[in-house]
Amino acid sequence: MNIVKTSKIALRALNRNKMRSFLTALGIIIGVGAVIAMVSIGQGARMEVEERFESMGTNLLTVRPGSRSYRGRSGGGGTYTNLKEADAQAILDSCDAVEYVSPSVNGRAQIVYQNKNWNTSIYGVGDNYPEIRNWPVEEGTFFTPSQVRSTQKVAVLGSEVTENLFEGADPIGQVIRINKNPFRVLGVLESKGESGGFFNRDDMIAVPYTTAQKRLLGIDHIQSIDVSAVSADRTNEARAQIEELLRIRHKLAPGAEDDFNVRDMADIAESASEATQILTILLGGIASISLLVGGIGIMNIMLVSVTERIREIGIRMSVGAKEKDILLQFLTEAIVLSVLGGFLGVVLGVGSSRLISHFAGMKTLVSLGAIVLAFVFSGSVGIFFGFYPARKASKLDPIEALRYE
Amino acid sequence: MENNNLIHLDNVERIYTVGETQVRALKGISHDIQKGDLMAIMGPSGSGKSTLMNIIGCLDRPTSGVYLLEGQEVSKMNKNQLAHIRNIRIGFVFQNFNLLARTTALENTELPLLYSDVSSKKAREMAMESLAQVGLEGREFHKTNQLSGGEMQRVAIARALVNSPSLLLADEPTGNLDTKTGNDIMAVLKKLNRDKNITIVLVTHDPEVAEAAEKTIFLRDGEIERIEINGNGKQ
Repeated sequence: MNIVKTSKIALRALNRNKMRSFLTALGIIIGVGAVIAMVSIGQGARMEVEERFESMGTNLLTVRPGSRSYRGRSGGGGTYTNLKEADAQAILDSCDAVEYVSPSVNGRAQIVYQNKNWNTSIYGVGDNYPEIRNWPVEEGTFFTPSQVRSTQKVAVLGSEVTENLFEGADPIGQVIRINKNPFRVLGVLESKGESGGFFNRDDMIAVPYTTAQKRLLGIDHIQSIDVSAVSADRTNEARAQIEELLRIRHKLAPGAEDDFNVRDMADIAESASEATQILTILLGGIASISLLVGGIGIMNIMLVSVTERIREIGIRMSVGAKEKDILLQFLTEAIVLSVLGGFLGVVLGVGSSRLISHFAGMKTLVSLGAIVLAFVFSGSVGIFFGFYPARKASKLDPIEALRYE
Repeated sequence: MENNNLIHLDNVERIYTVGETQVRALKGISHDIQKGDLMAIMGPSGSGKSTLMNIIGCLDRPTSGVYLLEGQEVSKMNKNQLAHIRNIRIGFVFQNFNLLARTTALENTELPLLYSDVSSKKAREMAMESLAQVGLEGREFHKTNQLSGGEMQRVAIARALVNSPSLLLADEPTGNLDTKTGNDIMAVLKKLNRDKNITIVLVTHDPEVAEAAEKTIFLRDGEIERIEINGNGKQ
C-alpha cells in the first residue's frame, strides 16, 4: 500500500467526521497561530530596537560606571557613584578622537503645566546632546553651555510631552513644573516616532545635567557619559583613549578590573536585541505550550477514534490489511490533522500579527523561519501524539476486533 | 496426478489459555476440502465451528497440526503473511455484513484492493464488475445506510469476490436476514459456486442453509462428529 492510497483512506475517514476533525485540528490551529503571532511580536520588537540604535549614529560611545559585563549588567549607573562630572570634562579635554561629550543622569518626575499632569523620564544631559544623539531641536533652542554651568532651570521637551501638556499651544517660553520646581521651556525636540509600543522615545524631557543633579535628584555623581567620536572609524581609538584616561583618573592598579565600561552602539544594540530575543523565546515558549496541548488533544481524539472504530479495523484486517497498513492509516490521519491545522494556524498567526500591528501599533515581523518551525513542529506533534493510538490500533486482534460491539 | 485439494487439515488443534485453564476448542480436526466444493460446517454453540472458520480463514493459527491452503503451509505464518493470504486467497461474508458505515457500496467492495498492488483505476473496474456479479448494478454509489439487509449482504459478497479468492467463507450469511432475502442470498452463493466454481464454506446452525451444501460437517466438542453428503449437490 502506498502513501497516496493511505492518505486517501485517511482523508475519507476524516471527511466522515468533519466536525470532530475540525475541533481536533483547532488545537493545532490555535497553537501554531499563537506561536507565529507571539514570535512575530518578539521579532518586531527586536527589529525596532536594532533600527533605533542604527538611527542614533555609529560614532556614539557610552561610558558607564561598573565593570563590563553583558548578562549580569546591573541595570544602569544608579548603584555606582564613581563617575564624576570632572571625568567627562577630562575626556573632552585630553582625548583627541573625541568630538563631543555629554554627561548624563536620569530619573522620572511628575510634570505639571497649568492643570495638566504628566509623568515622564527626565534626561539630565549636556549642551551637546542633540549633536551626539543625532537628535535635532525642531522648535526653539537647546540649552547653552553657560546655562548648564549655571544650573539654570530650563528644559527642552520631547514631542510626546509637548502634545500632552500643551495640546497644540506654543510651549516656548512657558513655565512647567518638574517635581514642583519651575522650569522654562526652551524648545521642542524632533519627533522620533513610535517605537514598538513598549516605550516611546518622545516621552521625555531634557534638562541640564547640573540642574537635574542638584534640583531634582540630589546627587553629585553622573550616571553615564555620552561621547561621540570624531568619526565612525575612530570610535575604537576614542574608546581606547577614554579607557586609558579613566584608569589613570580612577587610580586603578595595573591588572585591576575597570570600574567603568565603555560601550559603542554595536555593543548596546547587541545587548538590547539580546533582551528582545529573550522576549521572543519567552513568548514563543508560552505559545508552544498551547501547541503541546493541541497535540494532546489529537492523541485524545485519536484514541477515542480507535476505540470507536475497532470494528472497522477488524474489517480492514479481515480483508488483508497488515499491521503496517493500519498503523499508517491512523498515523496519517493524525498527521493530516496536524499539518492541516498547522497550515490554517500559519494563516491565523500571520493574520493576527497583522491585526496586532494595525490595531495595537506594535511592529511585528513574521519570519519565514517561524512559519517553517511552527509547521515542522506541528507535523512532529502529529507524529508523536498520533503514534501511540495508531500502534494500539495496529496491534488489535482481527477476530476480537470483528466481534467488538 | 492433478492435486485438486484446496484445503488440507491434518490433526488441527486449537487450545485457548484463559487465565490458568486451557480450553481445547479444536481437538484434532483432519479434513480435506476440494476446489469447487460447497460445504457447510454445522454444530451447536461451543462446538468449535467459529474457531475452525477462523483458522481456515487465516484469522487465527492452529496451536498444533498442519493446515495447507493450496499446498501452502499457513499454520506457521506470521500475522503479516496471514494478512497477505487473506487478502489474495480468502473472501469473508459475515452474519452482520461488516461493511464500513457511511461508505458507498463501491468503496466497500474496493476495500481489499486497497491493500493489494492494484491501481485505483483498475480497482474501481474490478469492484464494479464484482457488484454486477451479485446483481447490484446501479447501486454502486449508494451508501451502506441506504441499502437493505439483502443488498448489504450482496455488497459483502461482492467485496469477498473482488480479489478472485480461492475460498469464500460465509459465517451465518443469512442469520440477520428474513427467510426470503436469506434464500436470495443463498441462491447468489450457489450460483457463484456453480457458475464460477468458487469454493464456499458455510458456517451455520440453520439446517436449511446447510441443505444448500453438497456436504455438511457436524462438529461437536471440537471434533468432527459426522459428515453428511447431501443429494442436492452439483453433478
